[in-house]
Amino acid sequence: MSLAELTASELLDSLATGDATAVEATQEYLALIEQRDGAIGAFLRVDAESALAQAAEVDRKRAAGEELGPLAGLPIAVKDVLCDSAGTTTCASRMLETFRPPYDATVVANLKTADAVLIGRLNMDEFAMGGSTENSAYQLTRNPWDVACTPGGSSGGSAACVAAGMAPLAIGTDTGGSIRQPAGLCGVVGLKPTYGRVSRYGLVAFASSLDQVGPMARTVRDAALLLETLAGHDPRDATSLEAPVPQYTATLEKPLEGLRLGVVKEHFGPGLDGEVESAVRAAIAQYESMGATVREISLPHSKYAVATYYVIAPSEASSNLARYDGAHYGYRTDQAAMVAELAAERKALAEAGDEAGLAQLDTALVRMYRRSRAEGFGPEVKRRIMLGTYALSAGYYDAYYLKALKVRRLIRQDFDQAFEEVDLIAGPVTAAPAFKLGAMVDDPLAMYLVDLYTVSANLAGLPGISIPCGFSQGGLPIGLQLLAPPLEEARLLRGAHMYQQTTDWHQRRPAMN
Amino acid sequence: MSLTRQDVEKVALLARLQLTDDELAVMTEQLTQIVGYVDQLAEVDTDGVEPMAHAVEVANVFADDEVRPSLPREAALANAPRRNDRGYLVPAVLGE
Repeated sequence: MSLAELTASELLDSLATGDATAVEATQEYLALIEQRDGAIGAFLRVDAESALAQAAEVDRKRAAGEELGPLAGLPIAVKDVLCDSAGTTTCASRMLETFRPPYDATVVANLKTADAVLIGRLNMDEFAMGGSTENSAYQLTRNPWDVACTPGGSSGGSAACVAAGMAPLAIGTDTGGSIRQPAGLCGVVGLKPTYGRVSRYGLVAFASSLDQVGPMARTVRDAALLLETLAGHDPRDATSLEAPVPQYTATLEKPLEGLRLGVVKEHFGPGLDGEVESAVRAAIAQYESMGATVREISLPHSKYAVATYYVIAPSEASSNLARYDGAHYGYRTDQAAMVAELAAERKALAEAGDEAGLAQLDTALVRMYRRSRAEGFGPEVKRRIMLGTYALSAGYYDAYYLKALKVRRLIRQDFDQAFEEVDLIAGPVTAAPAFKLGAMVDDPLAMYLVDLYTVSANLAGLPGISIPCGFSQGGLPIGLQLLAPPLEEARLLRGAHMYQQTTDWHQRRPAMN
Repeated sequence: MSLTRQDVEKVALLARLQLTDDELAVMTEQLTQIVGYVDQLAEVDTDGVEPMAHAVEVANVFADDEVRPSLPREAALANAPRRNDRGYLVPAVLGE
């Protein structure tokens, strides 16, 4: 059996017993990337040389009897949004095409300390804004189950990479569903932890009150294994939580006795694809057959979640992305062209005798900012910056931003009440399986509505997981989303693992060349 | 509510973005559509509801007041588009 067919946990065992070396495993994965990624486009960069060097170092340490980290020798690929001083971190943006972070994100440092082998950097929607990875400034990523379809986004590179078997583990980030949605569309496992569970230090900020880093893998066990390394308090992130990190893999086999599973009635309304509904209802029935009690619950404010999210997230983004000014790092417009443009405009205004126009003309510095940002950002990033700037601007702040923060609390309160009656909530990840590439590029609002089932967990700060629960007639994966109360990742993982013990959806693989 | 082209031009200045005529036209239409969608928030009764800025409301996180190393100047300047040996270079701000 090839090493790349093993789960991460199985590969770890093989490495520990000496059945395989980290170099062999890394070589095998690098060969698969070479063979498959031309058709998929998951990787922005493959770090073959440094990965092999890290793998050789793990093998050397093992041979010398030195202490090894918990992920020793496991190849892992990282979304290109987490700073790694070993190379560029582009966020799939022209703005950061040559940006080399001066430090490692805490998550990246944790992976290095854990002796993981970092094999490359994964494609994404620019600055993690999008749901199809089509907003990358560099390349399209294709769904391994059907290359005409999107892998979802924004962690589309991470999901496609794992689905295509090009790495056993990947790191994604989730601000409104960006781990769970692509995991669902690509038939892999993706977990968004509780807000504050994983450090955001060195994660390039999109919406700071919503962003979380999380694991993507083929099985729930592998996601639990990776989460143990990612999670924990970090003094460099003031929003990270001090709570101790349980050993998730140790309790995984313990089924949830007397599980009370909540099913949200608002999740099964019009707009939900029939095949998705059947697969999700079958998964819920599967839980019942394992002894769970199913209760219908209501989240009355969930219908406002997308509207709330598309005020709060762009507002925070417009503020966070103000740092890209063409002065400190990142792209800067051509200065001579900028100066010439301004001179021409000034001359035209003067000739026309337009005093008001002259008074309003940008200074050279402001024009440098405006041109650098216009040339460095893609359309979706500009749209969100504009939307957020509008929502925060004088006269609109109360009506949009403040209002959205209040509705956010009502959304959270709905969950708090629901979790008094149930242990986990189960439902769809997306309303439909993967859509065709290009299907929504001209309709931003339609693309935003794809986030319908996932954004609430970010607004409320809850942990959520997407696991495979079936396939459409067309052979596309369907995902089941489970949600838990804050810091109940152990419960979430146990519940998800129970399902994978009695089903085999997660073992199916797309046909790959 | 509907945004005018002038509204969008004003927001573009605040956001420090330069938009072409075509971009302004598309942006005006798309922002109007999106803002029209989020306008449904107005129907929610939020009287007496405290705004929630963070999902996990951690208050007053203090750090010990101790001197620690910060990013060395050379590392901070390494990604600068234009620089000298001490700082960032930008177009003249004063004296135009």
